[in-house]
Parts: sequence; C-alpha cells; structure tokens
Amino acid sequence: MITKRIIPCLDVRDGRVVKGVNFSGLSDVASPVELAKRYSAGGADELVFYDITASAEGRSLFTDILTETAKSVFIPLTVGGGINSLADFDRVLKCGADKVSVNSGAIRDPSLVGKAAKVYGSQCVVISADVKRVGGEFRIFAKGGRVDTGMEAIEWIGRCVDSGAGEVVVNSMDTDGVKNGFDLELLMRVCGAVTVPVIASGGAGRIEDFLELFRRIPEVDAGLAASIFHYGEVEIRELKRRMAEDGIPVRL
Amino acid sequence: MIAVVDYGVGNLFSLGCSFSAIGAEAVVTGDRDVIRSADRIVLPGVGAFRDAAEKLRASGLAEVVTDEAERGKPLLGICLGMQLLFERSYEFGEHNGLGLIAGSVRPISEVIPPNLKIPHIGWNPLIFVKPSRLFRYIADGDCVYFVHSYYAADCGDAVTAEAEYGAPLTAAVEQGNIFGCQFHPEKSGEVGLNILRAFCEVKAV
Repeated sequence: MITKRIIPCLDVRDGRVVKGVNFSGLSDVASPVELAKRYSAGGADELVFYDITASAEGRSLFTDILTETAKSVFIPLTVGGGINSLADFDRVLKCGADKVSVNSGAIRDPSLVGKAAKVYGSQCVVISADVKRVGGEFRIFAKGGRVDTGMEAIEWIGRCVDSGAGEVVVNSMDTDGVKNGFDLELLMRVCGAVTVPVIASGGAGRIEDFLELFRRIPEVDAGLAASIFHYGEVEIRELKRRMAEDGIPVRL
Repeated sequence: MIAVVDYGVGNLFSLGCSFSAIGAEAVVTGDRDVIRSADRIVLPGVGAFRDAAEKLRASGLAEVVTDEAERGKPLLGICLGMQLLFERSYEFGEHNGLGLIAGSVRPISEVIPPNLKIPHIGWNPLIFVKPSRLFRYIADGDCVYFVHSYYAADCGDAVTAEAEYGAPLTAAVEQGNIFGCQFHPEKSGEVGLNILRAFCEVKAV
C-alpha cells in the first residue's frame, strides 16, 4: 500500500535556507545541503527546494547547491522558483532535480505545463498553487503570493492538470504560517476536482495537524511544511511514528 | 566498472551519483566499447516505451546490451529500463522490447481499482515473492520509490518482488544474470543504495 509522504520544504535565497511567516519577515535557518542530508537521514520522503533568489548570481549558486545535494541525498527532489521556460526545466533537471514545480511561470504562460509534460513527462511537472480566499472564493496568487490574479483556484488547478501537471502542491496563504492546521476546506475542494496526487501545504504547527489532515482527507498524498521542521518543533521520525500508530500508511 | 547506458532518455545524474555514494565506479556512457568492456550494465529509462525502444535501437546500443546480457554480464534495468527487458509493451499500441525476459508490459489501469491515482507514485513496501540476489542487504517490507503507469505482466517465474497498489504489481525481477527494478533504487534512500550495492556484487555467469 502506498504510503503518505512527509515533505520538508527548503526556501533558498543566496545559498541559504530561509522561511517566511505569511511570506514576509524572512530569517536565515541553515545550509541547504546540510539540512537536506539531515532530513533525508531523519525520514523525509521527499524534499522541495524553492529558489527565491532574484539575481543571476543567486541562481547559479542555487544550481550548485542542487548538484551538491543530489550527490549525497537519494530521495526524490522537487525544485521550484523562477521556472518560466523549458530552459529552466532543463537547467534544474540536469543538476539532479526529479520534479519541477511551476507557479507564476504557469500563470504567465499557460502553455508551459503542457509543453513541459510533453518533453519531460507528467510525472516531472508539479503545479504549485498559492491560494487565498478573496470575496468568498478561492483565488490564485502569483509572484510569491503578492499578486491576486483574479482567477478562481479550483478551476485553474483543474486546467493545469488537464494540460499535463502530474502533481499539485496546494499552498493555502490563509493558513500558512498560522500553525493552526492545514486548510482542509480548500484541500477537500482540490481533491474532489483532480485525480493526480495532492500535496497539502500551509498551516501545520504540530503533529496532530498532519494526523487530522490524513484522517479527514484520505485522498491527500503528502503533507509539506518548512519552519516547524527547520526549528525542530516537529521531528519527522516522531511524526511518522505517530502516523503509523494512527493506522496511516507511512514509511518508517 | 559499471556502464550506465546513456541513450538520450532521461537524466542520469542522480543514478551516477548513487553509484559513487556506494564507492562503485560507474560511467554514464553511450559508447559501445565502454559498455562492452564494463563488468556490469545498468539500463535506465524514463518516458514513453516506444520512444525509448527506438532510441536504444537507433543508437545501436540495444544490440550491445542484448549481446552482453546473453554473454552473462550482469544487467540491471531500472523503471522503463526494466520494462524494455521484456518482449513487448502495450503502451500506446504494441511495441517490441529487447525480449531478454518473457513477459509483456501493460497499463496498471487494467488491474487496479478506478479510484486509485495513476501514475502509481510514491513509497511503497516491497513484498518479496522469492529470493533475489538484489535483496541481500534489504528486508521484506522495506519501502522503495515508484513512478509508473505501466507494469510487467505475465512474467511469473522472473518476479522476485511485488508492490500492492489495489493489485499486486511487479516490482522486481531476476532471471539468471538479468535483473530489473520497476522502482527507482537511486531515489529510494538507503534501501535503494543497498539494492545497488547488492547488484555490484553479483557475479557474471
């Protein structure tokens, strides 16, 4: 039986891991390569590296980090941030990424997901959606959550999956950083609309939040979080032990 | 030396790194002479069966891999590389594989319940069916990482492990000096590295 995945997310800027609370107030945490090794040894099922660098210098620093990580970490590695073209897919896949996560790039160029799925296969293309409630509906936000696109989220995610996205990361901006649990309402809506794996992101503050997520929405495939893992508030081994105790299939 | 066959399908960076991590000398190569002189061969692959089979033939490497395997050199097919070992695939039509192991590759949608997601993606425990030299350093129930929508069918005798995904799916095969893993050992953490380690110790026949 397929197990539920626990995925730490590392936001990387200028070669260091950072984590924002509600997408602002970034603070340095650790070396990405060291953190990736620690998570892999500690039971993480997959890693997400998010490049939040804007400069070309930072970008090449990021691919160096990716290469270093791929040399010593042998679990699936998803890379996102600044993916706007097939050339960007190529750049990170060559450095050891297994999947590429597209966010603003897919909003700017709606054909990107389809083109990438054709060249690299759907299993390689992850759509990452920043979602926030606006006026009673779920909206897609672009540029790291700064710009309201005006597009309805569930429909947009559905379109990306139809175009060939093989996995969806749903990041609720309403619950992100609040540490009071995942956005179950949003996640249920997404799970009802797509048939590809769904990764829940935003809002985990403690072990019980993950248990509630997988109990309430068995269709969710994975839980993603950042700061609670970086700061040791939730330890992955302990989390997975508790999931197993609860009867949730998990890799121990 | 291990030759990881590069025939223009997928990214072999991680696979190369995984052999370095266990202290094995591996060369990612499309050079026939290098493959012929290697002690063992790894046939990787991602993407569509037909495209991969065509590229493997067009590069002339299908013949090299087949020859060397028939001579008794240890061969490990990974993911689509494992599927290529079989006689044929029914992925978008019917296409011939290398025919090194009897069996065919069929869509998992034919055997799994409709509510399960395709591809079968994620970590799933191995269920040992019979002993394999690849399992020397791992245990029944260890999890490995899968990403696939097709599976090897009708290959009864060769199957050494299965994974349960609404139906038993072929996870690993062994026939003489020829091995296959449907999952990605290079992405399966310490368990995966231990499978590669075991493959590096398999003796030629």
